[in-house]
Amino acid sequence: MTSLATFYERMFFIRRFEETLLDLFSLGKLVGTTHTYIGEEANAVGLIDHLDPGRDTIFSNHRCHGHYLAFTDDPYGLLCEVMGRADGVCGGKGGSQHLCKGNFYSNGVLGSIVPVATGIALAEKRKGTGAVSTVFLGDGALGQGVTYESLNMASLWQLPVLFVVENNLYAQSTPIELALAGSIPARGAAFGVEVDELDTTDVEVVHEAAGRAIGRVRETGAPFFLVLNTYRFSPHSKSDDQRDPAEIEERRAHDPLLVAGARLDEAERTAIEARCEERLAETVAAADAAPEAAPEAA
Amino acid sequence: MSATSGQKRCVQVLNETLHAIFASRDDVVLLGEDVLDPYGGAFKVTQGLSDAYPDRVLTTPISEASLFGVAAGVALRGQRPILEIMFGDFVSLGFDQVVNGISKFSEMYDDQVTVPLVVRTPMGGRRGYGPTHSQSLEKLLLGIPNIGVVAASECHDVGALLVSAVEDDRPVFFIENKLMYGRPNRRPEQGHLGEFAVRESGGAYPALTFSGSEFTEGVATIVTYGGMLPVVLDAVTELVLEHEVFCEVVALSQLLPMELDPVLESVARTGALVTAEEGTLTGGFGAEIAARVQEAAWSDLRAPVARVAASDGIIPSARPLEDAMLPSVQDVVAAVAALAGVRS
Repeated sequence: MTSLATFYERMFFIRRFEETLLDLFSLGKLVGTTHTYIGEEANAVGLIDHLDPGRDTIFSNHRCHGHYLAFTDDPYGLLCEVMGRADGVCGGKGGSQHLCKGNFYSNGVLGSIVPVATGIALAEKRKGTGAVSTVFLGDGALGQGVTYESLNMASLWQLPVLFVVENNLYAQSTPIELALAGSIPARGAAFGVEVDELDTTDVEVVHEAAGRAIGRVRETGAPFFLVLNTYRFSPHSKSDDQRDPAEIEERRAHDPLLVAGARLDEAERTAIEARCEERLAETVAAADAAPEAAPEAA
Repeated sequence: MSATSGQKRCVQVLNETLHAIFASRDDVVLLGEDVLDPYGGAFKVTQGLSDAYPDRVLTTPISEASLFGVAAGVALRGQRPILEIMFGDFVSLGFDQVVNGISKFSEMYDDQVTVPLVVRTPMGGRRGYGPTHSQSLEKLLLGIPNIGVVAASECHDVGALLVSAVEDDRPVFFIENKLMYGRPNRRPEQGHLGEFAVRESGGAYPALTFSGSEFTEGVATIVTYGGMLPVVLDAVTELVLEHEVFCEVVALSQLLPMELDPVLESVARTGALVTAEEGTLTGGFGAEIAARVQEAAWSDLRAPVARVAASDGIIPSARPLEDAMLPSVQDVVAAVAALAGVRS
């Protein structure tokens, strides 16, 4: 059983990694874009703790850094990738949204990844590996028809897909009230898929519920639809945020780091944070020193 | 061209090839709509396959937009899916998966993965199916980097082409043709097919070069593929009989990546090029070939490259209207006659 201290360390590292990316943008060390996971860390850390990186697969979306770090623990490969360095996990070709390492994949078109994750589950079922194919989508991807086609096929064919909907209430700038009709959990249930819904920033609560969900997928071989109501404190990408600051402040009172940190011994928490800061500083220094990705000589 | 008795129809060759592939490789699965027996697919290409391999043939909901992605996921995990899309017109539904996933995964993930996926689909009109079930949309695929587009014709070794596509580690669109299914798979023997001398290039997806004069004379090269080949060969026969004009015909099977060596070799002999495709004219197969050939062989050309294609519009359902819209034997004859300075 993973300790709360370990969960906290993983969450804190993701938080600081993402904040550091925004700093690096301000310093002009990054180009392109990023979609930070700030505020949603409990989901990735609580859930992915149940996955086996050697067997299970993840297909993530544009907001993939938290999932990537929780699954691969490879901040150097990710930072180099985002910074366009040759040591990037995809050699700088993918950038922030298009990652692949081992059994982790991400892609940048909303909804587009859901059928691919369904196909991965089909292949793994055929091979009899017992792998669970987890796909992370958000409230935004619920606007895409392929999401529902995939739910239909995963249920019809009883495929081991864990559909995780991280509902952060905004699709870029558009609040959910302007984009989504009906109920989110009912969307899974309509296809005969088992559903659970959480409304928490407590990593231990996420961990327990995700354990149940993944256990069900392993036990039945059938899909599961897990709705995690969440919130991002940061803008959609870098500075595009028109939300009411008071709304964000209210949410910050439930920051997953505060919730988990309050249960840790002060000295232990401080030591964890110092360790993360040190690791992050080393990662940034190494990535900054790494050679830029260069075209192959013709 | 009359059918030769004893030759198998193309649909039978494709069907037997699928059975052979399934027998020899456990990693091949087939997905598609209405592919199960006893129906066996809208054009019967998969007949008998699900009875023989019930666990490896999956009939699907009508969800093309997702099926391309499902097949991609299967391929990413080391299996070799064959996706049957009932009508080529429906590939449009899968374009996000093709453009933003299937074609990109290998390169954008820095060659950590392959996507050995085959999409089999029939293109082509002349059956009165109307605007959304008759098109030849290959040109929409030709602008997508990192995929293969292979088109079988009735004179190619149709089975060998399909085997090559399944063994290819890249995603491959395998373009079949609705009229081709029912026609015999006529193969050259000892370098000849009917009145034509035929040369076949090497590689996984060979080109066939036809000459009615044993390669001794020719006023133009006609480059084509797939279901247009019999139309072009009929035109070439008419040009000989009516106008005493000889041509060479290059039938490509690999449309993408475009490899035009057989075309350039033929143009070096004939000095002129006509492109012939069943798809609509603008931004098409012929346009790309014309650009490439004039870059590579300007000094060989004595005239501008001419294009024969469908007119830019819909394919009407009524047969006289469809016939008027699609490129005909007479259109090919007229294009060559104009180059040769004879009256068609």
